[in-house]
Amino acid sequence: MKPVSSWGRLSAEPHRVVELHDPFIVKDFLSHGPLPGLAYGMGRSYGDVCLNPGGTLWVTTRLNHFMAFDDRAGRLVCEAGVLLRDIQRLAVPRGWMLPVTPGTQLVTVGGAIANDVHTKNHHVMGSFGDHVRNLTLIRTDGEVIRCGPNERSDWFAATVGGLGLTGVIIQAEIQLRRVAGPWLETEIVPYGNLDEFFRLADDSEADWEHTVSWIDCISGGGGRGLFLRGNPTSPGNLPEPKGCNVTVPFVPPFSLVNRLSLRLFNMAYYHAKKRRAGRAVRHYEPFFYPLDNVLEWNRMYGPKGFFQYQCVVPRKVGKIAIQTILKEISRSGDGSFLAVLKTLGNRQSIGMLSFPQPGVTLALDFPNKGTHTYKLLERLDAIVYEAKGRLYPAKDSRMPKQLFELGYPRLKEFLKYRDPGISSGFSRRVMGG
Amino acid sequence: MKGKRRIVVVGATSAIASHCARLWLENQPSDLTLVGRNAQRTDRVASDLKVRSPESLIRVVCADFLDPEVITTTVENIFQSGDVDIVLIAHGSLPEQVRCQNDLKACCQALNINGVSPVLFAEAFAKQMAKSNHGTIALIGSVAGDRGRKSNYVYGAGKGLITRYAQGLQHRFAHSRVKVVLIKPGPTDTPMAADLKDKGTKLAPVEKVAKEIVEGIEAGRPVIYTPRKWWLIMMVIQHLPAFVFNKLNI
Repeated sequence: MKPVSSWGRLSAEPHRVVELHDPFIVKDFLSHGPLPGLAYGMGRSYGDVCLNPGGTLWVTTRLNHFMAFDDRAGRLVCEAGVLLRDIQRLAVPRGWMLPVTPGTQLVTVGGAIANDVHTKNHHVMGSFGDHVRNLTLIRTDGEVIRCGPNERSDWFAATVGGLGLTGVIIQAEIQLRRVAGPWLETEIVPYGNLDEFFRLADDSEADWEHTVSWIDCISGGGGRGLFLRGNPTSPGNLPEPKGCNVTVPFVPPFSLVNRLSLRLFNMAYYHAKKRRAGRAVRHYEPFFYPLDNVLEWNRMYGPKGFFQYQCVVPRKVGKIAIQTILKEISRSGDGSFLAVLKTLGNRQSIGMLSFPQPGVTLALDFPNKGTHTYKLLERLDAIVYEAKGRLYPAKDSRMPKQLFELGYPRLKEFLKYRDPGISSGFSRRVMGG
Repeated sequence: MKGKRRIVVVGATSAIASHCARLWLENQPSDLTLVGRNAQRTDRVASDLKVRSPESLIRVVCADFLDPEVITTTVENIFQSGDVDIVLIAHGSLPEQVRCQNDLKACCQALNINGVSPVLFAEAFAKQMAKSNHGTIALIGSVAGDRGRKSNYVYGAGKGLITRYAQGLQHRFAHSRVKVVLIKPGPTDTPMAADLKDKGTKLAPVEKVAKEIVEGIEAGRPVIYTPRKWWLIMMVIQHLPAFVFNKLNI
C-alpha cells in the first residue's frame, strides 16, 4: 500500500498500486487481485474520480504503445496509456492533430475518454469522445467488450465519460483532424463585464474555432476579463518555440495563492495582457497547454492542496448564475487564480455521464482552507442547483449526491453498465458504491 | 551506396531496449531487427516503432534464448541480409534471491538468462563482426554485477559474467574496428523492477536511462554507468573493506 494523491493534492490515502505493463495479461491482473480496483493514468483529475482509497489502482501508463496509424485517413490506434502529448508530437509533423485535448496534454488516452474531456473548441468539435471510433474495454470478470458509435453503442455511451467505472479501457482508435502545422492565429480581446463577454462569445463562434476567456473575479467589480480566440493557420516557416520546463521544487509550507498574491496577480495579469491585446501567431503548445511547462504547479497551493470547481449552467440563466457566483466569491473574500469562463456549443455529448452540455461553463480554483472553503463551495452548489446546472466530476472531490443526481439525469441508465469489480472514491461518494 | 543503418536489438521487449529503439528511430530511419522470445510481445514493440518511424524497416525474429545452436543460426541468418552496425543485447530478468537459494532450478535459470544467454549472443555477433571488421556490440550488464551482495548475488553473478566477458571481448577487439560497449544501469523504473518499486527503492526513469545508453553507444564509450552517479556509488562499494561491507544490509 502506498499513498496516492490526485492533482488537487487534497488527500494521500493508501492504495495498492499495480502496474499494467503487458496488454496480453491485463485480464489476469484484473481478475486475480483483491477487488475493487480502478484504472489510474496520470492522476491529472483534481479530485477523487481517479482514486480508490484502501483499494487497488491499476496504473495504465505502461500501456504506452502505438498500434497503427493510417496516415491518409488520420486514424490512430493506440493503447490506453499513451499520452496525448505523444500523439500530438507524432501527428503534428505529419499534418494531423488531436481534435480535442484538455488544458494539459499530460493525460492518457484512457483518462481523456473516461472523463470525456473538452477544450476551447467545444462549439465546433464537441468533446474527446466524439472522435473515438472504437475502444476496447476489459471487465473484471474477463469479458472483452469492443464498442464504438456504431458498435455496441450503449456500452460506448456508458464508457465515454464513464469515469472508468464500466471496465478498464485498454485501447482505442481515434480520428485525428487535418492541420497545416503547429500554428494558430490568435487574438486577445479585453472585456469589461459579462454582457461584453457574451457578446464576444456569440460573435466569435461562427468565425473562430477556439474561444475561451480568463475572468478576473477580484478586481473591477467581478466581470472584467480577457477573451482569447484562435484558429489554425499556416504562417510559413516559423521557428518552433523551445520547450523550457521549470519545476515547483517543493511544497511550500503555506499556499502561495492567497488574498494578497491573488489581488496582485490578477491585476498584473489583466494589465499585462491588455497591453498585448490584439492578434498574434502562436504555437499550439503554449496556446492549448499554458501550464504544462511548469511541472508540479499544483504544489504552489501548499500542503493542504486546492479545490477546483467547474460548473456548466444553461445559457438562459447563464448570465445571472455566473454573476451570482462571482458575487458570492467576492463576498467570501476568496478569489480564484485560474478562473476560466467559456460558452459550450449547442450539442449533446455522447456519454451518459459526459460533462459538456449547452450553456456557459465557469472553472475556478480555491486553496483548501478547510471549513471556510467548503462553506463557500456549498453556497456555489446552491446557485448551480437553482440554475439546473451540473459540476464536472473530473474536477470534483466534494459535490453532494443530490447535486450529482440532478445534473446527470442519465445516471440510472448508466448504473446498468457498471463493473461490479470497479469502484472509486467518487463513485462511493455519489453513487453509493 | 550505404543504405539505412542496421540495428539489432536482442531482448527487444525489455523496457530499456524498446526505449533505446524509439530513440534510434527518432534520430534517423533505420533497418531494425527485433529479436524476442515471444512473438506477440515482440510484435507489439514492432508495431509501435513502425508507427513512430514509417520509413524504417522493422523485422521481427523469434528465438529460444538458451539454445546455443538456435542462437548461432539466428545470428547467422541476421547477417545474411547484410552487416550489422549496432547490436544491443538487452535481455534479463530479476529473480527472487531467496528463491534462487532454495531452488537450484530457479538459480540455474537466473544465471542462464542473465549471464550465459547474453554472452552466447554476443559471441555469435562477435564472430560475424570480426569477419567484416565492423560493428558495435552493446551489452546490458548491471551495477549489481560489480560486487556481490546478499540481496541479489545470483542476479549479480549473471550480470558479473557479462562484465568479465565484455572486458575480454574489448581486449580481443582492441586493435580492430569492432567496438564493445558495456552498459551498467542502476535500478531503473521498468516492469522488471516492479517489486523494488513496491519496496520504495528510488528508480531512474527508463527514458533517461535509454537516452544515456544511446548517446554512450554513439560516443563509443567502453563502459556506461547510467544514471552516471552509479559510477561513483559503485566505486565506493567496490572498495569498501570487508569489515565495513559485511555490516551493510544491502
